[in-house]
Amino acid sequence: MDAHAHEHPNSSPPVAGLLAQFASPEALRAAAAAVRAAGWTRWDVHSPFPIHGIDRAMGLRPSPLPWLVLGAAVVGVVLALAMQLWMNGIDYPLIISGKPLLSLPTSVPIMFELGVLLAAIAAFVGAIALGGLPLYGHPVFFSSRFSRASTDGFFIFLAADDQRFEPISAQALLRSAGAVSVETLQVDEASGRVPGGLYWILATAVVLALLPPVLVTWYRTGPKSNPRIHLIQDMDFQEKYRPQSASPLFADGRATRPTVPETIPQGRLQADEHLYTGKVAEQWVTTFPMQPTAAMMERGRERYGIFCTTCHGLVGEGGVSGITSARAVKRREPNWVLPLSLHTQSVREQPVGQLFHTITHGVRTMPALGAQIPAEDRWAIVLYVRALQRSQNATLDDVPEPIRSQLRPVSP
Amino acid sequence: MTTLALMHDDNTANDPQRRAPLVIGPQTDETVTDSVCRVTEEVRTPRAWFVALVVSAALTAVFFGTIGYLITTGIGVLGNNRPVMWAFPIVNFVFWIGIGHAGTLISAILFLFRQQWRTAINRSAEAMTIFAVICALIFPGIHMGRIWVAYWMAPYPNQMALWPNFRSPLMWDVFAVNTYFLVSAMFWYLGMIPDLATLRDRATSRLRHSIYGLLALGWNGSARQWQVYERAYLLLAALATPLVVSVHSVVSTDFAVAQLPGWHTTIFPPYFVAGAIFSGFAMVVTLMVPARAYFGLKHLVTLRHLDNVNKIMLATSCIVAYSYAIELFIAWYSGHSHERFVHLNRAFGPYAWTYWLMVACNVLLPQLFWLKRCRTTPWIMFLIALAVNVGMWLERFVIIVVSLSRDYLPANWAMYYPTLIDVLMLLGSFGLFFTLFLLFCRYLPMVAIWEVKHVLPREEVNHGRTRA
Ligand code: HEC
Repeated sequence: MDAHAHEHPNSSPPVAGLLAQFASPEALRAAAAAVRAAGWTRWDVHSPFPIHGIDRAMGLRPSPLPWLVLGAAVVGVVLALAMQLWMNGIDYPLIISGKPLLSLPTSVPIMFELGVLLAAIAAFVGAIALGGLPLYGHPVFFSSRFSRASTDGFFIFLAADDQRFEPISAQALLRSAGAVSVETLQVDEASGRVPGGLYWILATAVVLALLPPVLVTWYRTGPKSNPRIHLIQDMDFQEKYRPQSASPLFADGRATRPTVPETIPQGRLQADEHLYTGKVAEQWVTTFPMQPTAAMMERGRERYGIFCTTCHGLVGEGGVSGITSARAVKRREPNWVLPLSLHTQSVREQPVGQLFHTITHGVRTMPALGAQIPAEDRWAIVLYVRALQRSQNATLDDVPEPIRSQLRPVSP
Repeated sequence: MTTLALMHDDNTANDPQRRAPLVIGPQTDETVTDSVCRVTEEVRTPRAWFVALVVSAALTAVFFGTIGYLITTGIGVLGNNRPVMWAFPIVNFVFWIGIGHAGTLISAILFLFRQQWRTAINRSAEAMTIFAVICALIFPGIHMGRIWVAYWMAPYPNQMALWPNFRSPLMWDVFAVNTYFLVSAMFWYLGMIPDLATLRDRATSRLRHSIYGLLALGWNGSARQWQVYERAYLLLAALATPLVVSVHSVVSTDFAVAQLPGWHTTIFPPYFVAGAIFSGFAMVVTLMVPARAYFGLKHLVTLRHLDNVNKIMLATSCIVAYSYAIELFIAWYSGHSHERFVHLNRAFGPYAWTYWLMVACNVLLPQLFWLKRCRTTPWIMFLIALAVNVGMWLERFVIIVVSLSRDYLPANWAMYYPTLIDVLMLLGSFGLFFTLFLLFCRYLPMVAIWEVKHVLPREEVNHGRTRA
C-alpha cells in the first residue's frame, strides 16, 4: 500500500480512510476509547445496534434533540390556543352552548394534540437530520466487509481527512486496539457523489409542487370582477325546478303551476288598494292606511331592526353600517352595491306610498321584501323610517318647548 | 456471540432464580437477523400467504367498490336512518381506532417501563396500529355523505370566511385521530430504519438494494447516528404514551358530550381506553399466533410473549367488566328514569342478544386466561382472541346503535337494521387491514431486529444494564 497515495491522485485513487473490524461490542468500546485517547476527531464507530456507553467512550456531546422537541411542543400548544381563540372568538365569533367566546377548556384537547404532533415531527425530522440522513454515499459502503455492520459486524472508521491521518501509524493504532482486520478504503469518485440530475429533478418537483398553491393564493386575493371560482358547486346546482322551467311531470310541461282559474289563494285577496299597494288611482299615497300609534311605531322599530339593519344600519345611514354590507365589502364582493342612506334628500321627499312600494317590491339592486313582511308591518316600518329621517334632519322646532332649555350646544 | 442454550423450548416457567430468556435456543446476532430477513428474502411466493393475500385483496376490492357505490349513489345505501343516524360506520370507526391502541401501548408504554419482551412484537403491533387507524379514518369520512368536502374539517381560509367549530368534540376527534396516525407512522418508520439498512445490506438483487436503500436513507449504524436515534426513539415513545390514553378518551367525548341517555356519562374516557387496549391485544394475538408459526418466528415471538399479552388481556377484560357493572350501577343510582330505561333496554330490549353476547365474549370467556394452560396454548388463545374481537365490536354496537334506537321520545323510536352494503363494508375493512398486514409481513422486517439484538443474552456482562 502506498503510504502517500492520497497525495498523488494520478497514480492510484486517493485513500478515504481505514476501516477496522472488531470481534465484539466490548472490544469496540475499548478500541473507541483508545482512538479517542489518541486525539482523533474525524472518525466514527459502526455497529448493528446501539452500544451502551459508546458515546462516552467516543466523547460525543449529548444531542440537542430534546430541546428541539421541547421547543416544537411549546410552539404547538401556543399555536393551537391562538388558532382556536382567534378563529372561534375573534375573527368569526361563534357562540356555542352559551360558552364564552374565548373559552379555554374547550381548547385544551387540540392544544394537547398539536403539541404532541409538532413535538413528534421535530423528534422524527431531528433524528433524521441530526443523524446526517439521508446520506447518499459514504466511504464505508465500498467495503464488502461492511455489509456485516447491520448484522453482526463492529467497525471503526478513521477518515483520511483527519489531520492525524497517516496510514501506517493509523493501522498500528487500530491493530493494537484489537482490530480483527483493517482495510484501506479508496475514494470512489464515480459512485460516491449524488448524480447532478437528481438535484434538478428535485428542484423541478419542488417548483411544480409550489405552483398550485401560489396560483390559488394569487387568484384568491385582490378584487376580481367575476365571482370567484369555488370547487364544490353543490349549492349552485341543486336538484330542483326553477321558475319557468320545463317538467315532464305535468301535461302542460311546465314546472310552475298556474293558479286554478276563478280562484284566489287564501290570504291573497288584497282588495284594499291603499293598504296593499301604497297607491290610489296610480298616485303614491301620502297618508297611512291606518291611524299611526305609539304601538305601531314600536312595532316598526322592531321590524326595521330585523329586516333592514343588516343592510341600511341601525340609523339608516346605509354604506357599510349594516353587517351584511360590511362583510360584503370586507370580502370584496364584486357585485355589491352599497345600500343607500335613507336620509338622502330624494328619499326624504318620497311619499310614504313609494317607501311602502320599495319595501314590497325592492328597488334596483335592493331585493323585494314583500313576501317576508306582512303589509301592516311594512307600513309600521315606513312609519319608523319617517321617524328616523326626522331624527337625522331635526331642527329646533322639532324639540318640544318645555325641554328646549335643557339642550346644550356641542361642537360638531 | 454465543448465548445461553436452553434445555427445552419452554420459557414460560417462572423460576425466581433465573430470568426467563426472551428468545429460545442458542441465538446469535446472525441467526436473529437471518430468521427475520428470510421471510422477506424467500424468492418463491409462500403458498398460504398468497392465498390469504388474494382473499383479502378481493375483500379490499369489495370495500372500495362499496365506497364508490356509496359516493355515487348517496348515503341512503346504508341502513342509517332516523333516529339511528350513527350506525355501522361509526361502530366500525370506534372499533378500528381501538384496535390500534395495543400497538402504541406495546411500543411506547412498555418501552418506557423497560419491558424488554416487547422487542419481539412491537414492530408488528405498530404495523397493526397503523393499518387499523387507516381503516378507522375511512369510516367517518364516508359516512358524512358528501365525502368530497371532507377537507372542510381543516381550518383553512376559505371563500365562506368560516372556521370549524373547535368547541365540538368531533373537531377534537379530527385532530386526535390524525395526530395519532402521523405519530404512529413516524414512530414505526423511524424504528424500522436500521432494519431496512439490514435488508439493504443483505440484498442480492439490484432492485431490492435500491428500494431498501432508498427506504433506509443511507443508514450506516454509526455511533453518531445511533446516539441521536436512540434519543429520538425515547422521545417519540414518551410522546406516544399520552396518546394511548388520550385518543380514545377524545373519541369517547363524541358520545359523552352529547345529551343522549346511555352516552352522557363521565366514565366513558377510561372505559373506552381500557376497551381499546383490550381489543387491541386481542388483535395482536389474532395476528401473531398464525404469523409466528407460519413465518418460522416461534423462537423470537415465544410462548412467554403470548403469555404476557394474554395476561394484559385478562387484566383489561376485568377493567371492562368493572366498567359494565359501574355503568349499570350509575344508571340505577342516578335515579334518572331514561338512564335506567336505556340500560334495561340494552339487557332486555329487542337488541338484548347483542348485549349478552358482548358480556359472554368480553367478560366470561377471557376469564379462562386465569388458567396457564389457556394462556400458553396457541389455538385456545386464538379462539378467545377471536371472540374478544367480536365482543368488542358488539360493545360499540350496543353503546351507539342500541342507545340511539330508543331515546327520550318514544314516538321517535325505531329499529336499526344494517343493509348488505353495511355488512360488505365491515368485511371489506377487514380485507384492507389484512391485505396491508400480509404485505407488511412479506416485504418489511416483521420483528425489530436491532432491538432484539440489543436484548439478546450475551456471555459477557458487557454493560451496566441487566440483560435477558
Ligand atoms: C339586502 C340588503 C337590503 C335590505 C335588507 C334592505 N335594503 Fe333598502 N336598499 C338596499 C340597496 C342596495 C339600496 C340601493 C339600491 C340602488 O341604489 O341600486 C337600497 C335602497 C333603499 C331605499 C331607497 C330607494 C330609492 O328609491 O332610492 C329605501 C327607501 C330602502 N332601501 C328602504 C329599505 C327598507 C325600509 C328596508 C327594510 C324593510 C330595506 N331597505 C332593506 C339594500 C337593502
